[in-house]
Amino acid sequence: MALILTEEQNMLKEAAAEFLEANSPLESFRKLRDNNYKSFDPEVWKGFIEMGWTALTIPEKYGGLDFGYTGLGQILEETGKTLTKSPLISSILLSATAIRLSDNELIKAKWLPKLMNGNKLMSFALDERSYFDPNTIESTAILSDDNFIINGAKNMVIDACNSDLIIVVANLNNSTSLFLVDTKSEGVEIKTDILMDAGSYSSVVFKNVTVPAKNQLNLKVKGEEMLKSIIEIGAIGLSCEMLGSVQAAFSQTMEYIKERQQFGTKIGSYQGLQHRAAKLFCEIELSKSIVIKALQVIDQKNENLSYYAHLAKAKLGEVLKLISNEAIQMHGGIGVTDDVNIGFYLKRARVIQRLLGDTNYHLSCIAKQKGY
Amino acid sequence: METTTKVDLGNFRTETRAWLEKNCPISMRQPVKSTSDMYWGGRNAKFSSEDQKIWFEKMLEKKWIVPYWEGKYGGGDLTPEENNILTQEMSRLGCRKPLFSFGIAMLGPALLKFATEEQKLRYLPEIVKGKIWWCQGYSEPNAGSDLAGLQMKAEDREDHYLINGSKVWTTYADKADWIFCLVRTNTDVAKHSGISFLLIDMATPGVSVRPIKLISGKSPFCETFFDNVKVPKSNLIGTLNEGWTIAKYLLSHERQMIGGVGQTDIKRDISEIAKEKTKMTSGQLEDSLLRTQVSKFEMDESVFELTIQRILDEDKTGNKAAALSSFFKYYGTELNVKREELLIQIGGDESLLWVPNDKNDADAARKFCRSKGNTIEGGTSEIQLNIIAKRLLNLPN
Repeated sequence: MALILTEEQNMLKEAAAEFLEANSPLESFRKLRDNNYKSFDPEVWKGFIEMGWTALTIPEKYGGLDFGYTGLGQILEETGKTLTKSPLISSILLSATAIRLSDNELIKAKWLPKLMNGNKLMSFALDERSYFDPNTIESTAILSDDNFIINGAKNMVIDACNSDLIIVVANLNNSTSLFLVDTKSEGVEIKTDILMDAGSYSSVVFKNVTVPAKNQLNLKVKGEEMLKSIIEIGAIGLSCEMLGSVQAAFSQTMEYIKERQQFGTKIGSYQGLQHRAAKLFCEIELSKSIVIKALQVIDQKNENLSYYAHLAKAKLGEVLKLISNEAIQMHGGIGVTDDVNIGFYLKRARVIQRLLGDTNYHLSCIAKQKGY
Repeated sequence: METTTKVDLGNFRTETRAWLEKNCPISMRQPVKSTSDMYWGGRNAKFSSEDQKIWFEKMLEKKWIVPYWEGKYGGGDLTPEENNILTQEMSRLGCRKPLFSFGIAMLGPALLKFATEEQKLRYLPEIVKGKIWWCQGYSEPNAGSDLAGLQMKAEDREDHYLINGSKVWTTYADKADWIFCLVRTNTDVAKHSGISFLLIDMATPGVSVRPIKLISGKSPFCETFFDNVKVPKSNLIGTLNEGWTIAKYLLSHERQMIGGVGQTDIKRDISEIAKEKTKMTSGQLEDSLLRTQVSKFEMDESVFELTIQRILDEDKTGNKAAALSSFFKYYGTELNVKREELLIQIGGDESLLWVPNDKNDADAARKFCRSKGNTIEGGTSEIQLNIIAKRLLNLPN
């Protein structure tokens, strides 16, 4: 398949860029932060829903557009440019994907339309340690009559503070299972931290939480396989946002070095900066290619999904780190002040590159896959 | 314009596959290992095997030596889609190129764009038939990165040009029949504005060649000297003093080639070699730093391959690839240099072999040395970064 967007996908991308520039420019990110670290702007989120962006990956059977992840990826890429905060990652990219992959028809029919319409917000609770390690899950679920009793402690749960429900990954009879838990259930305790990207991330403790048996997402499908796919699709989605950020941070930096004068000349005329800028340009070209490939692989249900997901998150993690650093350095003194926006990319970079595994994690996964 | 339907293309693929299977000798489906495996044509052409001759002649007869050129120039009139299919089918079977030629890849595109019809009809069919082995005369001892500073003079002597000067890095000049050159035709203007593009017969009196030995111990490169060489005026391509436009156009082709665009050979995974040559502990390379190096290298290699595909997909005409030729050249050659460095790092002591006492095909050390030229030839990495900064990023002067 050609590594290009279709006409419809391109139109979607342009519409997203236009909407975000009008309703949620980079300056809006600053306003939310200064407004006591508000998680998102409900008006903007309403816009997302009206534009149909929350329905892109939802099958038609449940009222969605079935437009595919390549479409959602374009929205995420554009939000990476404006750093627009919304429940798109927690509710749609992660939770709706988990439910879509579920074989529990009751859950799908009930919750996919609600997520899509924005009536309910959902979070995905996986991490238990201070680094990404999806193979070591200690939370447990035990079947007791018609209910599961869940115990465990999760962290880095994105937007849990705003969510109506949480999808919890836990061990059931020595294998992985996923459960839908109402955040108002007795025994659920949510504590929320603000991280350096001004986002809300929660620690969630489950203490003897009773969950109806019908809330298990994986019935016949294996929980391990479901979780693997959610992580892979999630990692690719995050790579899209990262691709948006590298492009925006780079172009803002190029604008700056074309204007800023020192020693009586534009600093962008110095070879010391030009060669570094040219190298960043090359890295962005590479980043675009792996992201579109990975998105297409999701939509084609290609068996190489896992490889391309690792490749995308590994490469984008590396490139975003590089460009967010160079952007600050090339801005000079003003780059380390809070007066300009360029530092926002640095701070978002350090968080998003860790979410669902950093470059080292994903490179190591590829090495394992290839038997070295 | 007529468009070929998908059904037609499907038929074309089936027919092409059948024709290749019938006509490409088995020995011509083996990877190219040495220079004798490549047929370059030329006045003193020699086939190294009967199969090589059969394969060349079959393809010539089929008009598939340069399948995408127009029939009147000796091409096969294939559409870009058909040509893609032919390329894919050839690489699927592992067919060698029937003719290796700078005439096809470098001079041809320039003639098609800049030459008169008369010149096209004279030179292009000769290229297709492999009658003339062309070489390229661009760099000079004092014009490397600063190519436009070239000095080799072509003086107007009424009915001919008189050439004096020398060229360097002329690949296979010792074997070539003709050379396409950049020459200085005006010294009174800005350096880019006094350059012309000239074709010279290497058999003309006053042309001499000296091979250059590289740090790898061998090389196809030469130095070529021109001492009062008379060249007919009809050998000028394009407009007098506007040769720099042609040069830039050609360089973008050359850079894509060096950078690996359109390359079909499959390289072995570095990780496979590392697994074979170095120690493993519980399923992993014991040298954990090497494991990181290898995985990072393979990441960049895979992502670069995807990028070549993406850029070609974005614009089938190749205009986009041409605009990005400096990116391809820079990144592709830097990767190759890293690859060769890793190969001698993981290849063990035998990767250092220079003159093995028993005959084996150990060539890692020589290939490593040769690779050091990749980031220099066709414009250094630094020149490519300059071009990206100026032309693609529009950074100020």
